[in-house]
Amino acid sequence: MINPLRSEAEAFRFVLASLAYFAAIVLATVLGGEWVGLAVFIALTALVIGWWLRARRAEQPVQTRPTRQSAAGERRILVIANETVGGETLRDCIRQKTEGYREEVLVVTPALNSPLKHWASDEDEARAAAQKRLDASLARLRGSGVEARGEVGDGEPLQAMEDALRTFGADEIIISTHPEGRSHWLERGVVTHARERFAVPITHVVVDLEREREDVR
Amino acid sequence: MAVHAEAHAHGPPLAHKSSRVDASILGIFLFIASEIMLFGAFFTAYFFVRVVAGTPWPTPPFHLPVFVAGINTLILVTSSFTMHWALQSIKRDNHAGLQAGLLLTFLMGLTFLLTQIREYSRIGFAPKDGAFGTIFYCLTGLHGAHVAVGLLLLLAATVRAFRGHYSSTAHHGVEIPGIYWHFVDVMWIVVYSTVYIL
Repeated sequence: MINPLRSEAEAFRFVLASLAYFAAIVLATVLGGEWVGLAVFIALTALVIGWWLRARRAEQPVQTRPTRQSAAGERRILVIANETVGGETLRDCIRQKTEGYREEVLVVTPALNSPLKHWASDEDEARAAAQKRLDASLARLRGSGVEARGEVGDGEPLQAMEDALRTFGADEIIISTHPEGRSHWLERGVVTHARERFAVPITHVVVDLEREREDVR
Repeated sequence: MAVHAEAHAHGPPLAHKSSRVDASILGIFLFIASEIMLFGAFFTAYFFVRVVAGTPWPTPPFHLPVFVAGINTLILVTSSFTMHWALQSIKRDNHAGLQAGLLLTFLMGLTFLLTQIREYSRIGFAPKDGAFGTIFYCLTGLHGAHVAVGLLLLLAATVRAFRGHYSSTAHHGVEIPGIYWHFVDVMWIVVYSTVYIL
């Protein structure tokens, strides 16, 4: 959510804007009558909403940086994946990025939830399901020799990344998704938005679990 | 190789500073959002009484003291300027500016409240005098209660300012009452415009 007021200074400017807004409506009503006042109210309200929507679109996101630096010879990798962490491609990518380093890998699985349940704060089921997926992912990583720990994150993948970046402080983020056409995250531009929002290198790994299963067969 | 998942906790994870807004500032904005809903409920009642039920406003033979309330509005709006000045001063480590700004804001707020109480005593109608009287007292009274709370916050900030608290790096105790005070000011602009003038 974008908060339009973030400080006392912005709240003060809001006072001035409110004063101008109501002064214009009152003046129009006193001089031209109720209908003129109503017209000014509608016009000004439309103007304010239009301006706000435009300002929201134009607003550049403030890039989040990791809260701590890794020691020399250490590499912290944040992997954000829903259910695709089991893919060989991702495991190869992690191994490649941590080669020659003392690695620390954190796998975050967002607790994906329906919008209705999200707004009703009914997320226990989503978190339990995410925990199951996470446990399975970590078991697969253990099988391929990758040291990792994991946690269930916010249902919104970008927020889950930001939370982890602030607590874990990654040197790099790996986002694992299904291929184009099957990935909701790609459809929503999660990778693009993450590159805009976080000041760390981001690698996008496409994992085609179905093809891997076919290859295994 | 060690692999371990964090223990599954019931409910959301522990809160930490993931927001781009400081937690205490975010807290006051969330509180204000709930206050807006409270005022919204009262304004809905006002809307139904005045627009839907078509109650004459003000209902004859009563009159609203538009001029006195206008002067009061001027005082309250000015107090937002002094509040802003106080915060800008402490951001530059100007303690004299902070003290003067807070003291002026407090005095203007007190003047507003006392004037409103005086207005009540001379207005000539009571909350029991029809829907008009009830809504008038509810809206202005609710706002007056918020001014009283704001004055307590300002008093605490002023006393602390005179005792040498706050600096350019630590001034949440001024910023948070400041945000609240601006909210009280905006609400009065809405109340004055809708209840007294329109």
